[in-house]
Amino acid sequence: MSTAKSPETELPPPSADDPHAPRGVDRWQSAWRNVVTGNALISVLSVLLAIIAGSIMIAFTDEQVQEAAGYFFSRPSDTFEAIWNAVWGAYTALFQGAVYNFQADSFAAAIRPLTQSLNFATPLIVAGLGVGLAFRAGMFNIGGQGQMLMAAAAAGWVGFSLDSPWPIQMIIAVLAGLAAGAVWGGIVGVLKAKTGAHEVIVTIMLNYVAFYLLSYMLSTPGLLQAPGSSNPKTPPMDPGAIFPEILGPRFNLHLGFILSLAAVAFVWWLLNRSSMGFRFRAVGENPAAARVAGINVGGVYITVMAIAGALVGLAGVDQVLGTTTSGFSVGIDAGIGFDAITVALLGRSTPLGILAAGILFGAFKAGGFAMQASEGVPVEIVLVVQSLIVLFIAAPPLVRAIFRLPQPGQPTRKERKAKRARAAAGADTGTTTKGVDQ
Amino acid sequence: MTATAPAPAAAAPQEQHRVSVVSWKVPITFGVFTVLLAVIYAFAPRDGETTFRLAVGTDFFALPDLVLPAQATAWATIVVMALATGASVGMTLMRRKTPLWLVIIYTVAVLVGFLAWAAAGGTVPMVGLLGGALGLAVPIIFGALGGVIGERVGVVNIAIEGQLLAGAFSAAVVSSITGVPIAGMVAAMVAGMLVALVLSVFAITYYVNQVIVGVVLNVLVIGVTSFLFSQVLAPNTALLNSPTRFQTLPIPLLGDIPLIGPIFFRQTLVVYIMYIAVFLVWWGMFRTKWGLRLRAVGEHPQAADTVGIKVAATRYSNMLLAGAIAGIGGSFFTLVSVPAFNREMTAGAGFIALAAVIFGKWDPIRATLAALLFGFASNLQGILGVIGSPVPSQFMLMLPYLVTIFAVAGLVGRSRPPAASGIPYEKQ
Repeated sequence: MSTAKSPETELPPPSADDPHAPRGVDRWQSAWRNVVTGNALISVLSVLLAIIAGSIMIAFTDEQVQEAAGYFFSRPSDTFEAIWNAVWGAYTALFQGAVYNFQADSFAAAIRPLTQSLNFATPLIVAGLGVGLAFRAGMFNIGGQGQMLMAAAAAGWVGFSLDSPWPIQMIIAVLAGLAAGAVWGGIVGVLKAKTGAHEVIVTIMLNYVAFYLLSYMLSTPGLLQAPGSSNPKTPPMDPGAIFPEILGPRFNLHLGFILSLAAVAFVWWLLNRSSMGFRFRAVGENPAAARVAGINVGGVYITVMAIAGALVGLAGVDQVLGTTTSGFSVGIDAGIGFDAITVALLGRSTPLGILAAGILFGAFKAGGFAMQASEGVPVEIVLVVQSLIVLFIAAPPLVRAIFRLPQPGQPTRKERKAKRARAAAGADTGTTTKGVDQ
Repeated sequence: MTATAPAPAAAAPQEQHRVSVVSWKVPITFGVFTVLLAVIYAFAPRDGETTFRLAVGTDFFALPDLVLPAQATAWATIVVMALATGASVGMTLMRRKTPLWLVIIYTVAVLVGFLAWAAAGGTVPMVGLLGGALGLAVPIIFGALGGVIGERVGVVNIAIEGQLLAGAFSAAVVSSITGVPIAGMVAAMVAGMLVALVLSVFAITYYVNQVIVGVVLNVLVIGVTSFLFSQVLAPNTALLNSPTRFQTLPIPLLGDIPLIGPIFFRQTLVVYIMYIAVFLVWWGMFRTKWGLRLRAVGEHPQAADTVGIKVAATRYSNMLLAGAIAGIGGSFFTLVSVPAFNREMTAGAGFIALAAVIFGKWDPIRATLAALLFGFASNLQGILGVIGSPVPSQFMLMLPYLVTIFAVAGLVGRSRPPAASGIPYEKQ
C-alpha cells in the first residue's frame, strides 16, 4: 500500500523550526502529548490529587494512626498499617455506599447504593442547571437557597391542601413550585434590569428573606403549619402529589430523576439550539456588545433569572414531593442551593457537564453518609474532596506542574535539544540565536 | 508648566454643556417608605409611651430618660419624612441630586418613629441597642475591609466567609492552647492569609476565574474546619476548644462620656483595632503611594505595568494584607462573642460583608457604614424581641435584608466596580 503515505510525502518536508508540523517518527510522541495535555487526564489527576489530600486528612486524624505513631520509631510498620486501614476502610465504605455494595446478597441490594446516589444527584443536577444557566448569561446566582425554599413552600402547600387524584395534584404542585422559583429568581432579574442592583447582593438578601418568610409560614396555623401541631413543620404530602418510585418500591429513585434528565435536555436545547439561548450567551460574553447588536439586555436578565429560578425551584420540588414526603421544615433546602454552585462550576456551566458533575457529587453525598456510619469518618471530608477537585480542575497548569507533565505549547525535550544544537551552530557561524529562532 | 496651562481653559466650555441625568430613585424610595409606614401606623395604632434610656451607671453625669408618646411620635416622624420626600422631589425637579444629609435625616426619622411605635409601653436601652449593633458589625466590617482591598487591587474575594471561618477556628485553637488571646488573634491573621494565599495562587498565578476559586475555597474551609471540629476539637474540648477571651477594656475618660462612651469606648481590643484599621485603610488607599499603586493595579493593570509597578507582586501582597484583616474579623467570633468554635459558626457573615463591599461602592468608610447598618438591624430585632413588638419576629429578622434590597435598588443603583476587578492579568 504505497498510497497510504502519499499525502504526507507530497507536501514539502516540514520545517524543523515549526513546532506544530507533523513528524512521522514522532507521531506516537505527539499522540502521547495530546493525551497528557488533554482535559480528560487533567480531570482524572485532579480527582486523584483530591483523594490523596483527603487520605492525608483521614490518616492524620485517625485514632489508631495517632496511637501507632506514638511508638513510630520502634515499630514504624504499625503506623503504616494503621494509615492503610483507615484510608482504605474509608474509601471502600465510600464506594460501597455510593456505587456497588459487594457484601449484599442479591444484585438488587448490591446496586441499591447507585440508585441512592442518583437520588441525591437529582436536586443537584437541576439546581446546578439553574446556576449554570445564569452563569452563561453573566449572572452569578447565589440565590439557590431562597429559590428552593419558595418553590418548596408553593409545591408543598399544593401537595397537602389540594384534594385531587394522583397525576393532577402532582402536576399542579410541580407547576406551582416552578412558578414560585421563577418569581423569586425573576425579582433578581427585574431589579438588575430596572435599577442596576447587583445580583450578588440581591440573591444573598433574598435567601434570608425567603428563609424567614418560610419560617413565618411554617409557624402560622392556616398557612403551612400542620393542623393541631405547634412544631414549625408541614403536614405530610397527599399520596396524590408524591413522585412515584420509578424502579419499584425497593428503590428510592423517584420521578424527579427523569424530570432532571428532561431539564438537562431542555437547557441543552435552549442554550445550543434556540435564539433565546444565543442571546443569553451573547449577553454573557459581552453585555455592551450585545446591546449594540440590538439585544434587549434587561429582558435577557429577567428571562434568564426566571428560568434559572424555575430550575432551582424544581430542586425544591424534588425535595418536597420526592425525598421528604412526610412533611418538611425550614431546612428543606439542605444546602443544595450552595452545592449547586460547585456543581455548575465543575460542569463548566454546560448541561452535560452539570449532569456528570451532579451525579458525581450525588455519589459523594450518598457514599459520605455511608462512610460516616460505618467508619466514623465525618461526612465533611466529602466537602474537602469535592472542593479540591473543582479547584484542581480549574487550574490545569498547576496539575501539570505537580505531575511534571509538559505544558501545552511548550517545546518538547527533543525540540529543546535541537534548538540548543542550532543555537550552538549559530554561535559558531556568527549569527545570533535570536535570528535563527525567528 | 507651560504644557499644563491650557488644560483648564479647554475644560471650562465643557462644564457648561454637561448633561445632568435626573434619577427619580431616591424620591420614589422615600415616598414608598413614607406611605408604607403611615399605613402601618394608621392600621395598628399603639397606646402608651416609649422610654429611650440614654444612660448607664458609670457616666460623668446621667442623661435623663427620654419619654415620648408612642403614636404621636410616630406621626411626627411621618411628617418629617413627608417633608424630606417633598424636598427630594423638589430637588430632583430642579435637576439636583438629593444630598446625603437629607438621606440621613430621613433615616433617623424612620428609625425613631419605628422604635417609638414598636416599643410602645416599653423601654429601649439605647446603649445596648447601639453598642450591641457595633458588636455584631465588627466581623462584617473587618471582612468588608478585606474585600475592599482585594477588589480595589483587582481580585474579587468571595472567600471572605472562608477567611472569617478559618480565623475563628485557628483563634479558638491557639487561644485555648496558649491561654493568650493575642496569640489567637495572630493565628487568625495567619489563617486568613493562608486562605488569601491559596486564592491568590489560583487567581493571580494560574489565571483561574476568581469567583470559582472564592466559592470553592468557602466550601473547602467549611469542610476542613467542620472535619477537624468533629474529629479533633469535639473530643478534646478542654484542651483545644475553650479559648481565653478578650476582656472588655474601657478607655479612661472617653469611656465615661454619656451615651458615646459606653457604646464606642467600653469595648474589647478587637473593636479598637477595628477603628484604627478602618482609618488606616481609608487613609492608605486614598492618601498614600501604596494606595495609588493599589488602585492603579485594580483599574488598569496594563498601564500600571507600563510605568513599572509589579502587578502580580502588588496583588499578592495586598491580598495577603486583606486576608490578615479578614482573619482578625474571624477571631472576633471565638475571642469575643462566643466562648467556643462551632461548625459553620460564621453563618453567612462573610456574604453579608461581600454585600457591604458592593453596597459601600468599594470604599472603606461607606462599606463600614453599610456593615454597621446590618449590625444595627440585626440587633434591633433582638431588642424588640425582648420588649415585645407587634410585628412577628420573622419579619423583624427579615428587615435588614429587605432594607438592603431597597437601598441597593433605590439609593445605590448601578454600581461600578474597579475596572480590572475579577480579570486576571497576563503580562505580555
